[in-house]
Amino acid sequence: MRNLAPVLTVTAVLIAIWYAAVIPMNQQWAQDQARRAGQDLSFTALVADTMSQQRPRLPAPHQVAAELWNSTVVEELTGRRGIVNTGSLSNRSLVYHGWVTLSATLLGFAIGSVLGISLAIGIVHNRAMDASIMPWAIASQTIPILAIAPMIIVVLNAVGITGLVPKAIISTYLSFFPVVVGMVKGLRAPDHMQLDLMKTYYASGTQVLAKLRLPSSMPYLFASLKVAIAAALVGAIVAELPTGAVAGLGARLLSGSYYGQTVQIWSALFAAAILAAGMVALISLIQRATLKRMGMAT
Amino acid sequence: MMKDSSAAPVISARDLSLTFQTGDGPVHALKDVTLDIAKGEFVSFIGPSGCGKTTFLRVIADLEQPTSGSITVNGMSPDAARRARAYGYVFQAAGLYPWRTIAGNIKLPLEIMGYSASEQDSRVQKVLDLVELSGFARKFPWQLSGGMQQRASIARALAFDADILLMDEPFGALDEIVRDRLNEQLLELWARTEKTIGFVTHSIPEAVYLSTKIVVMSPRPGRITDIIDSPLPRERPLDIRDSPEFIAIAHRVRDGLRAGHLDD
Repeated sequence: MRNLAPVLTVTAVLIAIWYAAVIPMNQQWAQDQARRAGQDLSFTALVADTMSQQRPRLPAPHQVAAELWNSTVVEELTGRRGIVNTGSLSNRSLVYHGWVTLSATLLGFAIGSVLGISLAIGIVHNRAMDASIMPWAIASQTIPILAIAPMIIVVLNAVGITGLVPKAIISTYLSFFPVVVGMVKGLRAPDHMQLDLMKTYYASGTQVLAKLRLPSSMPYLFASLKVAIAAALVGAIVAELPTGAVAGLGARLLSGSYYGQTVQIWSALFAAAILAAGMVALISLIQRATLKRMGMAT
Repeated sequence: MMKDSSAAPVISARDLSLTFQTGDGPVHALKDVTLDIAKGEFVSFIGPSGCGKTTFLRVIADLEQPTSGSITVNGMSPDAARRARAYGYVFQAAGLYPWRTIAGNIKLPLEIMGYSASEQDSRVQKVLDLVELSGFARKFPWQLSGGMQQRASIARALAFDADILLMDEPFGALDEIVRDRLNEQLLELWARTEKTIGFVTHSIPEAVYLSTKIVVMSPRPGRITDIIDSPLPRERPLDIRDSPEFIAIAHRVRDGLRAGHLDD
């Protein structure tokens, strides 16, 4: 709890800045409306108006919070298409869209982690892979994901793969990289002395990997998994953008921008941020439990 | 010089040389080293930094390859001896795995060598008794003092049936008092296990106190300047270090070290 106070302070400051910015951002529209109606706008009325517009340039924090609440709890519990009335998630709720994105994220993250760890093991054990893989991995990350995502979707669509998998592959594309980098470093963490010791035991490469390199790499693995899962989420959202997806947080962002629904955009953004924070927190928990079990808790 | 010719030497090096190619030209780590070590001997290698004492230990253990000359261990090549798991190696740092308990660390070589679980447990118990760490099996390394960690790493090297124990300045990082105690324990341990021990050190008293044979080395190129067969009895209380014999050997070692330095 001792780090709660600074976090809350920063949050409060950010919200204050946000509120302060809402007034100048939205005042134009409020004043235009007042002029057309031939009214004089007092400062209090102006402030009140900027905080409660239907389509503000910058929605106020409480509007976003209300939208988040309404499009999750309220929609599912009382909505016509909500889970209480229909038994399935409403396609107007962020829970539904969040889950669509989350499932692609998790699949992509899983594939990316396995791929990243496998590549790292190959790089550490094989000279040819050491020399050849890394430049390609780095090059792959310099290509804008926005440019390559539609290609992947189109190509996979042409061979009959649609739905979850293409999005997961784009997540994989972003998430394998931090895992490779982190795990190569982690698998090479054991020093010469520890490797020499294994040599005096006449240990096989597999034994060195299982008993020395993998356990040594655990702190590095978790650090890179945290980066990877956030990247996987970005990948899944980006994959929904250029493809006219009808479900997912990316689809919400897209339809929000089509119809000028800034509040919807912001609430989708926040839903994505909350998802990412939740997943990173989950990995932190697993990390703490694992390292504690290994006697390496700091 | 006395020579025990009754048995074939455990380690036999003939004109052994090792040259490292570095950016600044070749470094002669070992030059024409010829040495026989008999079974059950306690051999210390002493000399200043860069005299090749650690390199020689590493050549014995097949961690370095000589550039010329020959060496046999138990009548075979160091590589074959390593495959036969002839070496227990103790480094200057204990190098225990932080994610394993003390018992887990000692099991490491046993797991690699495929001992059964029950055999592993009984061996762990045995070597923990040997190094007087019986109560610490379930502790993690960070919960132990430096001296205890080093004892655990010796136990790890003793757990399997290596008949050669190679120790590279194992007590170098420890304070004098702990060091004395560990030296005493090491002698007891050596007497009980009858292993052949190669021991690298910087300390003259340590070398004289522990060894049946002291190999004095000098740097640039790394070579042997004197081999001293110790006349001290195998049974050695700590106060033997005040005896005239002990002081005489220490003098000879010091002379050997100085002679090596005069060549510079």
